[in-house]
Order: sequence, then C-alpha cells, then structure tokens
Amino acid sequence: MAVVTYREALRQALRYQLQNDERVFLMGEDIGAYGGSYAVTKGFLEEFGDKRVKDTPIAESVVVGAGIGAAMAGLKPMVELMTINFSLLAIDQIVNNASKLHYMSNGQVNVPIVIRMAGGAGSQLGAQHSHSLESWFAHVPGIKVVVPATPYDAKGLLMTAFDDENPVIFIEHTALYASKGEVPEEAYRVPFGKAELHREGRDVTLIGYSGSVHQASRAAEDLAKEGIEAEVLNLRTLRPLDVDGILASVRKTHRAIIVEDDWKFGGFAGEIAAIVQEQAFDDLDAPVMRCSGHDIPMPYSGKLEQAALPQEHEIVELAKSLV
Amino acid sequence: MKTDRAKLLQTMLTIRRFEEKAAEMYARGKIHGFLHLYIGQEAVATGAIAALHDDDYLVTHYREHGHALARGLDPNRVMAELFGKATGVTGGRGGSMHLFDVAKSFMGGYAIVAGHMPLACGLALAEQYKGTDRIAVNFIGDGAVNEGEFHEALNLASVWKLPVLFIVENNLYGMGTDIRRVSAVTEIYKRAEAYAMHAVQVDGMDVNAMFDATARIAERVRSGGGPAFLEAICYRFRGHSMSDPEFYRHKDEVEHWRRLDPIARLKSQMLSDGALSDEEFDRMQQTAEEIASEAARFAEESPEPALETLHDHVYKERA
Ligand SMILES: Cc1ncc(C[n+]2csc(CCOP(=O)(O)OP(=O)(O)O)c2C)c(N)n1
Repeated sequence: MAVVTYREALRQALRYQLQNDERVFLMGEDIGAYGGSYAVTKGFLEEFGDKRVKDTPIAESVVVGAGIGAAMAGLKPMVELMTINFSLLAIDQIVNNASKLHYMSNGQVNVPIVIRMAGGAGSQLGAQHSHSLESWFAHVPGIKVVVPATPYDAKGLLMTAFDDENPVIFIEHTALYASKGEVPEEAYRVPFGKAELHREGRDVTLIGYSGSVHQASRAAEDLAKEGIEAEVLNLRTLRPLDVDGILASVRKTHRAIIVEDDWKFGGFAGEIAAIVQEQAFDDLDAPVMRCSGHDIPMPYSGKLEQAALPQEHEIVELAKSLV
Repeated sequence: MKTDRAKLLQTMLTIRRFEEKAAEMYARGKIHGFLHLYIGQEAVATGAIAALHDDDYLVTHYREHGHALARGLDPNRVMAELFGKATGVTGGRGGSMHLFDVAKSFMGGYAIVAGHMPLACGLALAEQYKGTDRIAVNFIGDGAVNEGEFHEALNLASVWKLPVLFIVENNLYGMGTDIRRVSAVTEIYKRAEAYAMHAVQVDGMDVNAMFDATARIAERVRSGGGPAFLEAICYRFRGHSMSDPEFYRHKDEVEHWRRLDPIARLKSQMLSDGALSDEEFDRMQQTAEEIASEAARFAEESPEPALETLHDHVYKERA
C-alpha cells in the first residue's frame, strides 16, 4: 500500500468522484485558481474545468444554500468551506435547510451534499480560525458528521460521504493535512457509524476522534511503559455514533476517558459520558472522565494555545488516577 | 402566450375562498400555529405562475397557499396539511408554512426570511448544469431584502448568470413594520439593478399586468439572459398572521387598497368587455365555494399521522 498524506488521500477521493460521476461538482472560495486553502483541490480546475470546479464569492450562506438547491435537483455538490469557523455564516442553510428538508417534505426531497471544512487548532491562527465546533453539528438530526483521523479514514470516509443520500458535514483537522499513512490506491469505503479499534487494551478506554486519536495513542504508549494498557477508540463519525463499539470497549476495560479539542462545557464528550452512564453504569469501575479543551477563545501565543488544548500528560495522569 | 382571463379569475376566486375557509377553520380550532393569509395578493401568484411552464421550480416564502393552489396542488391535500393530517401534501410534517409537492415542481414554502433564496439559486444552477430550459422562480416578501442572504443570492445569481427569477411581493409591510421605516431604498427593484440584474416593477394588484410582465421576463431568463427580478407592488388585506391585532395600519390606507381588489378589478373589466356575465361570475364563485368546502370536509375527515412514523424521513435510507 502506498504511504500518502491526509491531503492526498482526500484528493484521491475527490478526483475519483469527479471522474466517475457527472453529477459531482465542487464549489467553494478559492478552490479553483488558487487550489484550495489547504491545497486539497490543487490542479483540479485545470483538470476538470470550471463547470465542475467552481470558484465562488466569499458568501458562505449562498454557497452552501446553492449546493443544497443543486442537490435537491439531482446533482451531487461538494462545497468546501475554508474553515469550520466560517461555517457559522452558513449555519442557517445547514441547520434550517439541509438537515430538515427531507423530514419537512415528508421524504419528497433529499439533500445529498458533502460540505467539507477544516477544523481544529494548533497553528497559532487565533480565536476566529481555530475552533472545534463539530459538536454543534453533531447536535442536529438530519445531517451526518464525519471526523477522519488518518489518511485511510480520510479517503474511505469521503468516498462514503459521496455515496450517502444525506447532507454530510466532513470535518478535516488542519494539523493533520501533512500527516501520512497507508492508503489503498483503488476506491474503498469506510462505513459511517463504525469506530475503529485503534489500539487494543484492557485497563481503560481512551475515546477520541480526528486529531485527538493521535494524542490518545501517544498517551497510551506512555501508559504502556508504566504497565497500564489503554484501549484507543477512533470514532470516525460523531453522527451516526458507534454506541455499540463504545459500550463494548467500556464493558471490557470498565473505565473511559474521552479526549477532544472541543470546549468542555456542553461539548461532545459530555454526550458520550452520558450515553456510557445511561447504558453501561453497572460495568463502570470509575467515573467517566473528559480531557477537553479549555473553556476560552483560542489564544494566539503558541505556548498558550497548546496549554488550551488537551495534553498527553493530562490524559496519562487522568488514566492513572482511574486505574 | 395569451392570458385566459376566465381561468385567472377562477384561480383568484378559489384562493380567496380557500383562505377564508382556512381562517374559519382556524377560528374553530381546526388549524393551529401560524396561518399567514394571502388575501389581497392573489393577483401576484396567479398571474405569475400562469405565465410559467408547469415544471419551472417554485420556491416560496411561508405565505404560500396562493402559490400552491395557483400551481395546481390538490386543494384537499393543501387544506389537510393546514390541519396537520396524514393526507396533507407533506403528511402533516410541514404545516401551513412548509408545503411541498415535488411532482409539481413546487419545491417548498420556507419560513426563514430570505433563507430560501440560496436554494433557488442552486436549483437554477442544477438546470444550467444539466443544460435544460427549466428556470427557478423564487417568491420573497419585502422583508427579505435587508437580510444578508438576499444580497448573497442576487450577487451569485448575477455572476453565474443563473436561470432564476426573483419575484418580490412588496406589500409594504414586514409583519407590522412599514418598509419605509426599515429600508434605506424602498424601490426594491433598484437594489437588483445594483447587482447588474434586469429588474422591473409591476402593479401586483393587476393580474393581467402580472401575467404579461412574468411571461416576458421569464422568457428572457429561459433563453439565457441571466437572472431577473420582478417587484410586484401589492397589499395584504388581513393581518400578518391570524394572531395579528393589526394596530399598525391606518384604516384609510387599508380602504384605499381594498378598492384595488384584484378580483373585483378583473371582474369589472371582463363585465364591461362582455367577456363575463353576472351568472357566469356567480357560477365561478360557486365553484370556488365547492372547492373550499370540499377541502375542509376532506381535511376534517382525514386521519392524523400515525405516531409510528414520527422518526421517518430524518435520513434518507438507501433505496
Ligand atoms: C430570519 C427571520 N427573521 C425573522 C422572522 C420572523 N418573521 C416572520 S415573517 C416576518 C415578516 C416578513 O415580511 P415580508 O418578507 O415582507 O413578508 P410578508 O409577511 O409581507 O409576506 C418576520 C419578521 C423570520 N421568520 N425569519
């Protein structure tokens, strides 16, 4: 298997879709001539032309909304938003239209759109470019929320997103674009709603997604040196959520820590903790813990920014306190 | 295209009577939530929609019963939807503000002011992409023009030359607020001109004028002329919704506009042309009455949606 970057894995999936499905087209700010803010669509305009790869005005709401309308009329649009922070300008379209039209129309219309956006911090971009707002979308029924952690996930999940008949919010982590991993050259699909057992263990389950899977893995290596075997679960999608996979792991290890960059207060880790205590209370040997980002706007300073995010040593200390 | 005035008159009468019946049903507690009546504005939907192709997309705001009936949605199923019944056009899921009938290219009524404008752009984009001559027609109220999405949509439609026709029903009020108090530019078509879009103003109380203007402008859009904008000056005779006590409009103003009633206007024109007799008019009213009564009966006798369907259609399952 070839080793490629997360970025390249995404490119492979998009190119495959453009080559194999006439209904697929891409649109977004600077995705064409510029090549995409994170260079995911670089060269696509030359390769596929401006009918398939559309540069748009800086107008997130109409771009997402037009994608929804085009999806209603039988196309398969992929809309790229530069970052998840700017998705807030399109939140009306996502929450009031994309997620509700199938239900409101009693199944008469559906919205097969893929909305890609970059999330996560770590590049010192300040508070308006560095947040993890995936739990806001995961809160909404009618859309699916995808959070790939590896290049393998990135390609396979994006392929699945295009097969889906529903709106898919596909959140890429800015700090992962250059990360590398093995990716099959041919097309393959990673199913939604099925977590990956990233590392097996018996003493505590570390639940993560996107960037936090890697933090949890590194923490698990440190814990192993001290004789604690941590299991690492990579969620891959927040909605649908692999509740069975989470419960199975917790029933094995009897302890759980959720690791996420998101704000702790009202964040997605709270949802997982509630599910575990509702459905596996008797299997727990310790309270479910959260290792989340701090409840502050993201600071610019590199030192402060790192301190605002979950730290490996925090995961290690939390795990030791539970075992 | 030539107008069939008798047909236009019948449609307007049917909408009027249907809505009066809906108001009655609301008062009797059969219809709940918001009910926004279209009474007074019948000429806009009737004239415009008659001038379109049957498969042109319609994307409308929440005051959309008139548009639905003018497009030929089954009045029984529209009324049943207002009642929230299983036989409604969306099985009781959408209600008064969210009528859908995709088989009739009626792509929905939407309740977020201006939020449906981007969708109309997208529907138009899809047809442009597929190379058809189908256009998207987007009805909005004057309240929409100060929202960001209005400006985003006009700009996108214009730069991409999308086959979309925006029709603003300028009834001078957004809920209880006079447009003059909240809009820097009250001649709305001028805003469209600022986006390099062909824009015209038309008397929205005159169904013939609506028909002619729409036929002309839709043809322009259809033949690749890019998006266009029609401002219909009109007036709603009732409050914003059934719960509106209507303190904000002067009686004289309402009286003035009532004298421009689009139904009375077409009727007297046709009577004096000899195109209509009093008996014929009575029969048309009778037809409208029968449609409205039958719709109410149908809605009343229809079953409620089954509770087991509560979670259906959140996601589309693969066929
Ligand atoms: C974004 C948004 N803001 C506020 C409202 C509440 N609201 C519903 S209708 C309305 C007035 C809209 O007026 P207009 O667009 O002129 O339509 P009309 O009622 O005259 O048909 C308002 C403010 C809303 N539905 N959506």
